[in-house]
Amino acid sequence: MNIHEYQAKQLFEKFKVPTPRGLPAATAEEAAAAAGELGGAGLVVKAQIHAGGRGKGTFKNGFKGGVHLVQSAAEAGEVAGKMLGQTLVTKQTGEAGKLVSKVLVAESVDIKHEYYLAILLDRGSSRPVVVASREGGMDIEEVAERSPEKIIRETVHPLLGLQAYQSRVIGKRIGLPSSQLNAFHKLLSALYALYLKCDCSMVEINPLVETPDGRILALDAKFGFDDNALYRQKDIAAMRDLAEEDPRDVEASKYGLNYIGLDGSIACLVNGAGLAMATMDIIKLHGGEPANFLDVGGGASKEQVVAAFKLILSDPKVKAILVNIFGGIMDCNVIAEGIVAAAREVGLSLPLVVRLQGNNFEAGQRTLAASGLRIESADDLTVAAKAVVAAAA
Amino acid sequence: MAILVTPQTRVLIQGITGEFGGRHARASLDYGTAVVAGVTPGKGGQFFEHGGVKVPVFDTVEEAARETGATAAAVFVPPAFAADAILEGVAARLELVVAITEGIPVNDMMQVKEVLRGQSVTRLIGPNCPGIVTPGTGEKSHGGCRIGIAPGHIHKKGRIGVVSRSGTLTYEAVWQLTSRGHGQSTCIGIGGDPIHGLSHTDVLRLFNDDPETDAIIMIGEIGGSGEVDAGRWAKEHCRKPIAAFIAGATAPPGRRMGHAGAIVGGADDTAAAKKAALRACGIAVADSPSDMAETLLAAMK
Repeated sequence: MNIHEYQAKQLFEKFKVPTPRGLPAATAEEAAAAAGELGGAGLVVKAQIHAGGRGKGTFKNGFKGGVHLVQSAAEAGEVAGKMLGQTLVTKQTGEAGKLVSKVLVAESVDIKHEYYLAILLDRGSSRPVVVASREGGMDIEEVAERSPEKIIRETVHPLLGLQAYQSRVIGKRIGLPSSQLNAFHKLLSALYALYLKCDCSMVEINPLVETPDGRILALDAKFGFDDNALYRQKDIAAMRDLAEEDPRDVEASKYGLNYIGLDGSIACLVNGAGLAMATMDIIKLHGGEPANFLDVGGGASKEQVVAAFKLILSDPKVKAILVNIFGGIMDCNVIAEGIVAAAREVGLSLPLVVRLQGNNFEAGQRTLAASGLRIESADDLTVAAKAVVAAAA
Repeated sequence: MAILVTPQTRVLIQGITGEFGGRHARASLDYGTAVVAGVTPGKGGQFFEHGGVKVPVFDTVEEAARETGATAAAVFVPPAFAADAILEGVAARLELVVAITEGIPVNDMMQVKEVLRGQSVTRLIGPNCPGIVTPGTGEKSHGGCRIGIAPGHIHKKGRIGVVSRSGTLTYEAVWQLTSRGHGQSTCIGIGGDPIHGLSHTDVLRLFNDDPETDAIIMIGEIGGSGEVDAGRWAKEHCRKPIAAFIAGATAPPGRRMGHAGAIVGGADDTAAAKKAALRACGIAVADSPSDMAETLLAAMK
């Protein structure tokens, strides 16, 4: 789950991570009022969407740039008016762009130096790791490729928490002046507390800036949250913006389906994440292109299969469907009956290849054959993959 | 001997009175597994009955282990309470805890992992895994030890070890072996979460030391470095043939593919990079999930 920049700023304020003051606005009037409250001059108005590259983006109404410096409350209102309700296209949004329904009005700060600072899970040690660099303000992957020695990593013991000496070591290694080390420890401790208490999977500040008047501030941030922990993070879960998500993903999650849309023409419906990935792989191996990843979980109830078929059919690129179910505990015949009922309910007309294996699969295949529907049935995965590739060609 | 569990292993089930735990407790009893106790806080003194067997239910793992001699646990507890259930098994000094639960918060598992590191009695399999099966000698491998949710009947007693991060893909490999007449010593799903107990390397080490295992199928997926670490270990230490499959060759970067841990984070954890690294370690890699068993059988010749 992602959140907007203004929401990130609210989290920083709550956990006392120093950040320039800012306020969200949903109308031009609100933006002007926010700008007035922040002192009127030396402010920046930023379109709020879940995508990068806003500064260089263009609105579909022709207005250029999703980030503007303004010098008065009136100007803030005027700029916000040109952004709100409009669609912003950036290199990350694709051609469709993203609708802007909020802007952030914030203090603009002078910058002496830009750093990079993040906390995320280090899978190797199963501990949080602080990643920092003197080279901030740009893509950290670029820095990692060009000069990996400039990226500092320091893991934190989960039962001890971040220690003060670790902040000093990190601060020194990224070249902070001695006079800033205490302030940096305060900021990093606050960030670590936020990371833990909000069940973040990642928090990234890029850039972390040092100002000419000696402040260290989090200028822009990106958050990731552990989906497994959202049940105990009601405030975070409430920040979810469904308008920013692929409507198919939203629909899928309602039925306990795991769906990811791709660019190919062969849809697949599989039980289990590993087998779902493997099914996509075998389609590709035999010359086809998968249209999606779709895991229906350990079972595969009729309701789930109906919802899954509807999702698959909402993608106009799909030319054929492969259902691959390994019936472990579940009876394959029950699954076959569910598939037939679901295919009838959605009026399926695309070629459908069903591969059932495991418990009572022979009876399942008989049920599919007797249905009178256009279903090709196979018990071998390779045979099924070749059949669906041929059907989509 | 097999690894970690044998048909004699005495098993307790945490969450036995729940719908999910109960269903799989019955399946394990039907398979012939020695399910000797259940644990559900607040329901101590009750019995879980199935097929003429009365399994006593206890309030705590400590009590259940003491009264019944159980040494292994299956955790079927909901995500919010699962870390507590795992830690209870560690505190009771069980030999093995198998966490089936999907959806445990990462921060909870991070603390569990630190506790596991500080002791050497309990091993953890999972979470978010199908569990472990050591097949028995009866019809459809009846009489074996099944802890978790895997279908027991697709197994066959034999000499091939299977280790995997996924559930149904593991069944696929097991079925390919069984239908070709090759049985398994033990099959383990280590789970799809980024923080888990036993790693691929840990399981390879156990198989390598097991006189009843001749060869190994290792199944992995995108994300993390567990498979490649295991490959490097195997190159130096493993005396037995290994075949591998890595799922996710077609997965787009940056998207979580069902499993919390299945996400391409960089250049090293793509399927292509992992396959190349494993091949460089002398491991036979199957490109098709249909060829997992065939690839191993060819490597054994």
